[in-house]
Amino acid sequence: MAALINVPKKARRGDVIEIKTLTSHIMETGFRRTAAGDLVPRDIITSFICRYNGTEIFRADLFPAIAANPYLSFFTIAKESGKFEFEWIGDNGFSSTASASITVE
Amino acid sequence: MNLVRAIAVVALLLGASSLAGEIPQEARRSGYTFMGADTRAMQDDDTANPGMLFVLDGEALWNKKAGTADKSCADCHNDARESMKGVAARYPAFAHALGRPVTLEQRINLERTQHQQAAPFAYESRDLLALTAFIAHQSRGVAITAGDDPELKPFVEQGRVLFMQREGQLNLACANCHDDNFDKRLAGSPITQGQPTGYPEYRLEWQTLGSLERRLRSCMTGVRAQAYDYGAPELVALELYLMSRARGMKLETPAVRP
Repeated sequence: MAALINVPKKARRGDVIEIKTLTSHIMETGFRRTAAGDLVPRDIITSFICRYNGTEIFRADLFPAIAANPYLSFFTIAKESGKFEFEWIGDNGFSSTASASITVE
Repeated sequence: MNLVRAIAVVALLLGASSLAGEIPQEARRSGYTFMGADTRAMQDDDTANPGMLFVLDGEALWNKKAGTADKSCADCHNDARESMKGVAARYPAFAHALGRPVTLEQRINLERTQHQQAAPFAYESRDLLALTAFIAHQSRGVAITAGDDPELKPFVEQGRVLFMQREGQLNLACANCHDDNFDKRLAGSPITQGQPTGYPEYRLEWQTLGSLERRLRSCMTGVRAQAYDYGAPELVALELYLMSRARGMKLETPAVRP
């Protein structure tokens, strides 16, 4: 599944940087019914994790009231050059990953 | 007496014609200008615009082999950034083999069945929307020229008649809102001019990308009319008229709308 990540390519050490992530997911709430009255089973992302050079820096739990294609943005401090890794986990064994690099001067 | 009646009829006709005014060129506005700052920001940032997720999926489909011919779009059309630039601005376009206009979605399915020998995508399926969005995205910033082909003239006219024609239990024509009352509000939401500059577009209400035909069908349901089926000649004619009405405006695909 496609994901869009926005991490600054370069930052000065100690800068506060914004990280923006957007991922494809229908986020079916589990409360809706079909025209025939059957419940549409829940299918959502339940958890999001961001690691900065292996260390977890941000985690979020997601619930049925969150819109399709969840957009998450958060801030961190640029400490060292390296890699941000992103992971989304959800219902029905959903798992998606992405990464982005940063150069810290 | 007859003279008075004749004057009254003339006055009524004049009144009617001044109400159904088509929007002058310089007064045309994209739906973008009717939106709030947050939604505009969402469209402007390609890493926040959910429509771009579909464009990414469409790029993968462009390069994926399909059908018994085992060919991808790229095998014939190479790099879409070159070959598809400006294409969406010309659609719906006249298909000589069929003798009628086809939408970009219909063109994709014609190519699939004829050249890839693959099953056509269903209307509003994720794959069809993604591929259409990817192709239309290559024309972002290109001025719309659809409807310029002289062979399309009767179909543009058919679309114009449909646009002006009242329908449904509410007895409203498209023009009653989108020509005569844009910039006012309907149930709290701004009424736009209905310029189709960003399709397929991501509607927050739909929580997904959707085609212009889906948008038109929603409006028809809104005025309590029986909506035309996807791919119906009437919907294609309406799409063609709307595109010709937006002639010279720049494509925004994938647009974000509330």
